[in-house]
Amino acid sequence: MSDISNVSTVSGPSAGPPQASPNPLVGREVPSKRARVQAITSGKGGVGKTFLAANLAAALAKRGRRVLVLDADLGLANLDVVLNLFPKVTLHDVFTGKVQLEDAILHAPGGFSVLLAGSGLVEYSRLTPEVREQLLRIIETLAPRFDHILLDTGAGISDVVLYAVSLADDVIVLATPEPTSMTDAYATIKVLATQQRRHAIQLVVNQVGRIGEGRTIRGQLQLVVDKFVTPTLPEGSPAPALELIGEVPLDAGVREAVQQRRLLIELQPGSAPAQAIHAIAAKIAP
Amino acid sequence: MHTQTDPAAAPTDVPTLRLAPAMQLLQQSGRELPDRHNVGHVAWLQAVIDGLCELSSRDPLTGLANRRQFELALASEIDRVARAGEPALVLMIDIDHFKTVNDTHGHQAGDLVLKAIAKALHECIRPMDTLARIGGEEFAMILPNCPPSFGLAVAERVRKKVQGRPVAIAPGQQVTVTVSLGGAFAPQWVRSSAPLWIDRADQQLYRAKAEGRNRACLEQPTVSLVSAEEKGLLFGTSQFADFE
Repeated sequence: MSDISNVSTVSGPSAGPPQASPNPLVGREVPSKRARVQAITSGKGGVGKTFLAANLAAALAKRGRRVLVLDADLGLANLDVVLNLFPKVTLHDVFTGKVQLEDAILHAPGGFSVLLAGSGLVEYSRLTPEVREQLLRIIETLAPRFDHILLDTGAGISDVVLYAVSLADDVIVLATPEPTSMTDAYATIKVLATQQRRHAIQLVVNQVGRIGEGRTIRGQLQLVVDKFVTPTLPEGSPAPALELIGEVPLDAGVREAVQQRRLLIELQPGSAPAQAIHAIAAKIAP
Repeated sequence: MHTQTDPAAAPTDVPTLRLAPAMQLLQQSGRELPDRHNVGHVAWLQAVIDGLCELSSRDPLTGLANRRQFELALASEIDRVARAGEPALVLMIDIDHFKTVNDTHGHQAGDLVLKAIAKALHECIRPMDTLARIGGEEFAMILPNCPPSFGLAVAERVRKKVQGRPVAIAPGQQVTVTVSLGGAFAPQWVRSSAPLWIDRADQQLYRAKAEGRNRACLEQPTVSLVSAEEKGLLFGTSQFADFE
């Protein structure tokens, strides 16, 4: 859990300035036989992880990708609410062996697949060896059948969140311009860089007041990382680099979509935030 | 929980229960039961059950909590930490070269050492702490509400207490034993799991052993803390300078 061997291959020696193109992370060819596993995490709750996961999944699906969203927020599932899906069969039943994994995979409105945790999973919010095994097994089993597996993690930096992130090829940290969200995003980045030796971390800034605010926030976070995190890493470790892969404008449409339990990119496809999510999808899946 | 019904009306028909093995265990442990006829069947049975619970949660040699009780306490501490966000420390304590004591002086001497160390450790804890013997020569402490800045001092105090307390193993014969300690704090803002928390403390214990024993190693808990300095730089102002 402490060292993520598959990450070290991602950035490599060409990890230049995070904004530079061509970027070593995005645009990297997705191996045809295995999904790219991407964790969405934030530190602070309520910044839009599930909103991003669902809409990004739909945007990727529109680009012809096979996408699975896994509700890795094992304790407090929200994905069901956002997608307006209330299935009888959940991950809980898979964990307890009641149903086969296949039977728990649902088709979401946006043309992608979802695995919902269900509220019965509260007992699994502790990272037992069993939960580790199950999550790993599920991802390994499903990876060959999808192009992207998005892990919608819980809030905070719990063991479960860190473990879920450790299973991912890429980690997307979601923040808003709120100081509390930025602080928690920074704390998350710090933990990922020091404990998991992540040195390529993607950043999405949600609810920006104007385009460009995300870039400023990335710059600030990178500045603090360079000053306080990088020097604490063992000698020879690559410096952690934050890459801004999108900024999603604050927009009343988002609230409306969430309240109607619809996907924003379907309800208001032309809106600024919907366009921003399409742009993220285009970066992830060119 | 405790029903105060008339003993005569209680549904429990005590004479038909197989109580002999339980009574034997309680007698052996030296636990006294109230007079069945004075307190009534229900209260008496409750005392038997309490006695058995006590027995099954204690280590018979040292009288400390056993591994089972330790795990229960750890689980409830995890719940508390997740809820209240208070810092909590787990210390794993292992007697250095305990096998040598057994091999050189015999197992009875080994038992005396275990008892003496249990006593010394017990003098180091607060009433709310849990101290358990969780394996042969391994002890563990759960210290609720222990600030990270105190962790090392607490562990060192325990280490010195044991070191400064030679154990009499026979008339005129003393041995000085030492302990190695490994500690880990419950992760900040997080619901951990018992195996993971123990594992992290164990890793520090291995480190203490590897670095030469008779020492305390604590996991550095500062990794997810964001200092005022960091916040200051993050927001490009000193508006957060007052916050820890």
